Amino acid sequence: MATAADVLSGSDDREVRGSSDKVRLTLKIRRFNPEVSDDSWWDEFVVEADPLERLVEVLHEIKWHQDGTLSFRRSCAHGICGSDAMMINGRNALACKVLVADVGTKVTIEPIRGLAVLKDLIVDMDPFLDGFKSVLPYLVNEGGEPDKERFQSPEERARYDDTTKCILCAACTTSCPVFWGDEGYVGPAAIVNAHRFIFDSRDEAGATRMKILSEKTGVFRCRTTFNCTDACPRGIQVTQAVQEVKRAILFERF
Amino acid sequence: MVTTHTYDALVIGGGGAGMRAAIESSEHCTTAVISKLYPTRSHTGAAQGGVCAALANVEEDSPEWHAFDTVKGGDYLVDQPAAQLMTEEAIEAIIELEHYGLPFNRTPDGKIDQRRFGGHTANHGERPVKRACYAADRTGHMILQTLYQQCVKRDVRFFNEFYCLDLLLDDAGGTAGIVAYELATGEIHVFRSKAVLFATGGYGRMFRVTSNAHALTGDGPAIVFRRGLPLEDMEMFQFHPTGLARLGVLLSEAARGEGGIVLNKDGERFMERYAPTIKDLAPRDMVSRAIYQEIQEGRGGGPNGDWAYLDISHLDPKVIEEKLPDITEFARIYLKVEPTKEPVPIQPTAHYAMGGIPTDIDGRVVVGPDETPVPGLYAAGECACVSVHGANRLGTNSLLDIVVFGRRGGAHMARFAKGADLPDLPSEPAAQTLGLLDSILTRDSGDNGADIRKELQDNMFDLAFVVRSEEGLSKMQEILGNLRERHDRVAITDKGSVYNTDLMEAVELGFLLDCAEALVVSARARTESRGAHFRDDHPLRDDANWLKHTLAYRNDDGSIRLDFKPVKMGPYVPMERKY
Repeated sequence: MATAADVLSGSDDREVRGSSDKVRLTLKIRRFNPEVSDDSWWDEFVVEADPLERLVEVLHEIKWHQDGTLSFRRSCAHGICGSDAMMINGRNALACKVLVADVGTKVTIEPIRGLAVLKDLIVDMDPFLDGFKSVLPYLVNEGGEPDKERFQSPEERARYDDTTKCILCAACTTSCPVFWGDEGYVGPAAIVNAHRFIFDSRDEAGATRMKILSEKTGVFRCRTTFNCTDACPRGIQVTQAVQEVKRAILFERF
Repeated sequence: MVTTHTYDALVIGGGGAGMRAAIESSEHCTTAVISKLYPTRSHTGAAQGGVCAALANVEEDSPEWHAFDTVKGGDYLVDQPAAQLMTEEAIEAIIELEHYGLPFNRTPDGKIDQRRFGGHTANHGERPVKRACYAADRTGHMILQTLYQQCVKRDVRFFNEFYCLDLLLDDAGGTAGIVAYELATGEIHVFRSKAVLFATGGYGRMFRVTSNAHALTGDGPAIVFRRGLPLEDMEMFQFHPTGLARLGVLLSEAARGEGGIVLNKDGERFMERYAPTIKDLAPRDMVSRAIYQEIQEGRGGGPNGDWAYLDISHLDPKVIEEKLPDITEFARIYLKVEPTKEPVPIQPTAHYAMGGIPTDIDGRVVVGPDETPVPGLYAAGECACVSVHGANRLGTNSLLDIVVFGRRGGAHMARFAKGADLPDLPSEPAAQTLGLLDSILTRDSGDNGADIRKELQDNMFDLAFVVRSEEGLSKMQEILGNLRERHDRVAITDKGSVYNTDLMEAVELGFLLDCAEALVVSARARTESRGAHFRDDHPLRDDANWLKHTLAYRNDDGSIRLDFKPVKMGPYVPMERKY
């Protein structure tokens, strides 16, 4: 087996370790500003960028040196705060988890769909968060709290691990064709967060959540297109979680 | 148009400290959270490795050992009674998080699992101890989500994407409210209140390489500083040794807690030479300095010879997958490196502000060496300085800080507000804020804020980072003077009212410059090396002269004056810091 030193010396020519040539990136961005026009329009920008640069930093380069009015949300810039979900070349992603090298020399950026656009890439998150709040997204346990922690086996903990990863970025919900067509549908993110509690052995409100999700705005609106799973920047098996909630409602297995 | 709101208490910032405070306060008095981000976007969510408490679920432990480690880790600049209190209340705080639903990893018998972390030891430094409670490598994410869930449950009132830009004091110097800018509309809001708790987080964005979010611009500290209140120990800024090379994205210390090691370009595990007992689990300041020394002696890797490597490739793939999934993904996505097979290039990254708004153990903001409280004013979390972290914070203690002191601050604030009358607002409360915004909005041409920010970040990285000197710091102070002048002429292109992030970035840059100036002036004065503050022209700790906290004040003429206050000592007598 190679030692760490071998690996280090053998990989000195890797792209990450040398400064690779910049690429010329053309960005087509859908713009909207209610103070300028009732209609959206397209703007094109050209940026010289390092292939390993994050797309959110390319957007910063435009904002800081080409057009200060370009507006988007961002904060952590490494995929954990969930601010910068947008549609990049037709697919929902976080702009901080897509590198220039991942998109080629041309990229089209639009706001995520199904939520009202407020300005450029900024959408109204409140309907999305209302969906989240509608599924009682908190632990319910009226059984009296012990002095110490409630016990939970590693297996019980593993049962809902995947759905604890959600960062509420809305990439899944706004990739869902059912959500686009039906504002009432709570959408996959809300179901993911319901799943996180329904399958938590400490929780007691699973039946209530499943009743909420069995209504017409709930889980049976899902048509299993898997867009949500593709879109999730956290790698959550969203469609599987939705299916598990459906099955739990049908067979009360939770 | 200015809209006025009235609440008993306000919390500024929707991260872990702010939400924990709001949960407490909103049970007792009308409370609003003013947050420039949606709460779940806060940087608490980026914390990875764990939160320490001496639960002794896995091996023998005690709060007293935890307190000792915290004091020693902080190079004895820690106020010892505060550290004792925090480590004792840690157990209750973790149990509370579990009751709130936080999905901690579990031991085989169903208890909260614990793992090793840097500087946390058994029996006063004998050996590493398993003290960090964790949820994979997304512990901060789970704390943030769990606290947000509890806020939803309690229907806590949030004003999201509202930027707090000013603190209002009444004629007697007591808290009267704040002024905020609504990002969606450009409207100014005056919030009148009996009490205000700042929980705005850190200011790592003044450095080029940082683990901090773009939003971390020191708004809270800068606002109180501008109101003539002091900032404490601003020179104490932590540089985390394992930032992803170039980017500074954090790779958790949990990687080393699980058995990862740090290598130089020759593949040598050099920490064996610097900290023979606990090696790679030495505190962050020591590991960052060791990396610097390796680099200086020609053993750094990468194109500029300024990288080290974090190696977890020898760990069981199951451990990596279950306990370190996020940081593994960061290396794959951002550096195209496969951590299960090869070492990951790293460099020290600006991570955490130990200094900030001085408070007592109830979160009350206190002024001067005699610690006079400002009526109704509170701070908690990274923007505050209690001080439990001293000159160097131990890993996991920031998450502990926010839940322990967020709760204490929120509880005290609510008690205060219930017993206080609503103060009068000053006349024209929004005048200063309106003036600031108008001056930027009406300027047709001037300096580019992004260029000023880049110069700030590049120079702070070169001159005020892991290794400092009088020469570098005096140069930095001069540069800051120049940058401040240029910032007075900053011009933006977006003149609109709707989501004008261009305008807010210009304002945030002013906050950053204030914090940077306080940091540099404080660092210049401290002619010793202690914890994260290392001066190569004064390489030794000097307890005779510098076992004291720095207080920086903004004078009316714009200059900064320093004052000092003693460290609150306790059972632990300063000794040489060896590991």
